[in-house]
Amino acid sequence: MNAVEIRGLSHRYGSGPTALTVLHDLDLTIPSGEVVLLTGPSGSGKTTLLTLIGALRAVQTGSCRVLGTELANADERTRVALRRRIGFIFQHHNLLGFLTARENVAMALELDPDLDEAERLARAEAMLRAVGLADKVDAYPAVLSGGQRQRVAIARALVHEPGLILADEPTAALDSKTGHETMVLLQRLAKERGRTVFIVTHDPRIHDIADRIVAMEDGRLVEPAPH
Amino acid sequence: MNELAPLARASPAPATPAPAPALPPPRGPGLRLPFRLAWRQLRHEPARLAAALSGVVFATLLIFMQIGFMNALFDSAVLVQNSLRADLFLMHRTTEALWRSTSFPRARLAQALALPEVERVVPLYVANVPWKNPETGLNRTLLLFGVDPTAKLLGFHGLDEAAWQAITRPDTILFDERGKPEFGPIRSLLAQGPFFGELNRKRVEVVGTFGLGATFSSESNAIASEATFWRIAAGRNPSQVDVGAIVLKPGADVVAAKRALQALLPDDVMVFTRPELAQFERDYWANVAPIGFIFGLGVAIGLVVGCVIVYQILFSDISRHLGEYATLKAMGYTNGYLARVVMSAALILAVLGFMPGLVLSLGLYEIATAQIFIPLHMTIPRAAFVFALIFVMCVVSGLIAIRKLRDADPADMFR
Ligand SMILES: Nc1ncnc2c1ncn2[C@@H]1O[C@H](COP(=O)(O)OP(=O)(O)O)[C@@H](O)[C@H]1O
Ligand SMILES: [Mg+2]
Repeated sequence: MNAVEIRGLSHRYGSGPTALTVLHDLDLTIPSGEVVLLTGPSGSGKTTLLTLIGALRAVQTGSCRVLGTELANADERTRVALRRRIGFIFQHHNLLGFLTARENVAMALELDPDLDEAERLARAEAMLRAVGLADKVDAYPAVLSGGQRQRVAIARALVHEPGLILADEPTAALDSKTGHETMVLLQRLAKERGRTVFIVTHDPRIHDIADRIVAMEDGRLVEPAPH
Repeated sequence: MNELAPLARASPAPATPAPAPALPPPRGPGLRLPFRLAWRQLRHEPARLAAALSGVVFATLLIFMQIGFMNALFDSAVLVQNSLRADLFLMHRTTEALWRSTSFPRARLAQALALPEVERVVPLYVANVPWKNPETGLNRTLLLFGVDPTAKLLGFHGLDEAAWQAITRPDTILFDERGKPEFGPIRSLLAQGPFFGELNRKRVEVVGTFGLGATFSSESNAIASEATFWRIAAGRNPSQVDVGAIVLKPGADVVAAKRALQALLPDDVMVFTRPELAQFERDYWANVAPIGFIFGLGVAIGLVVGCVIVYQILFSDISRHLGEYATLKAMGYTNGYLARVVMSAALILAVLGFMPGLVLSLGLYEIATAQIFIPLHMTIPRAAFVFALIFVMCVVSGLIAIRKLRDADPADMFR
């Protein structure tokens, strides 16, 4: 079973003479349970690929099947439903400043109508404990350090047991030590739970957490450069 | 709904993809959670919340005062009409308002008596005459009513048997104790017993008071018997009356009697029921003075100011948290959900701002009634109406602010 199956995927921005094709006929498979890293120079199309997999952009050409859902020609409803089964980790933590750590994590569960409030909070708290923030459940993001915030974001991305976790430069706002620790934590939690992780990064220090590394250049997947 | 901005959609995949497995459609989590999110966001920044609320409070206050004064003015304009104790009324065809009525022949009243339903008729005379302030000697015009004291036509406050009895003596009047203070300290003068004054340069004795108050048409009022009236309003022809009040026999059909009178009487008089008489007077004031327009403008200003303030707060809340909103969209929150968050914030502002606004308005109504003698009354329909206005104001602000949500593009979160 593959979490992501991409065949002949192309993408361009704009239309007419100014159109810019940023992805060229990509093929990519991410098996379930793997941690895959995507590297490549800035502007090579990594983020574009990630937003297509994350159902944040409409697929234009080719096939992109994520967690069993075909995204080519998928309507908004289908994409929103799929996004609820994905955990996102952003470059900036993007936590809601007016919510505590626990409430932020619980936001990932509020779209599930089968959970009641007590269950949501209990699961959020358990997830925060798993990322080592048991003592920060009631803290607001403003009083947390950058690393702590990113750990809250990881808890939020994992708490609703998503089939796929997508992260775009998750360490960019962190110093290298904290960045590495955070990614090791993400990898461990994902492995324990059998989650699939796809991380876009150009931070070579975190390559060791990957099962597989793919590289991108000018919108095409290439053999990763040895490091 | 196009928050993902699908750029020019090229042809679909060459190999037609298999149909997507049926996913459960995203279910809306009702209103409770969006409402709670909105509340948490608002309460997190008390200073901003206070600023937004002050806008709503201001609008509420302004609207209550405008509506209060407008209704007080209209009520005062028909105070006299509403306290006339008769069923039907005659006025000259060209009369536009009581204070400037054209008189008509008293004979019309005698003709009306021919109708079997009519029990009795009472002529009412009115004149604008100068009263000399007994303290300052300055003249000021008041509205003088001339009426048979035994008819008890006027139902003004304080007009008891003794008062009517007192003006059966010639050259005596009853004075309005609620008139403007410029007419003199009538009440304290009267405390030492009846006193003499000058009405239209004629010596009269003030023998009692009643309470009507300043209206649109007069700053104060006085009542005299018919004979005294004719002496004061020199030149008035006793056979010409201003208002003919008609009392019907108990159980008579007022509308039928009105029609019968219209058929019976010549065209120089109009026939009114009491509500019609009040409406006629109200319409006059609504026409000559653009009261509705002026006060309506005040209400509109209040609404616009409130709307702008609430919109500003909601809009900047969205703008400053665009990243968070986009994050929520990326997590699978729908535009509809986020719109409900914004609308909840608007409704919270409406309710939380209206309540102190209502309390403050009640206070100002009390002060207006007690200090400046303009009776302002808070009624439940009025409070409900103003709340409805404030509610709509906040909803409109919310609906305009919601458009900003489209700028929250989750694809932009990855850059
Ligand atoms: N929303 C957009 N509109 C137009 N061009 C874009 C947009 N996003 C990215 N691009 C362009 O597409 C190319 C690939 O960008 P991106 O996918 O962000 O690459 P990476 O993440 O590898 O740096 C770049 O040339 C970038 O300027
Ligand atoms: Mg990028």
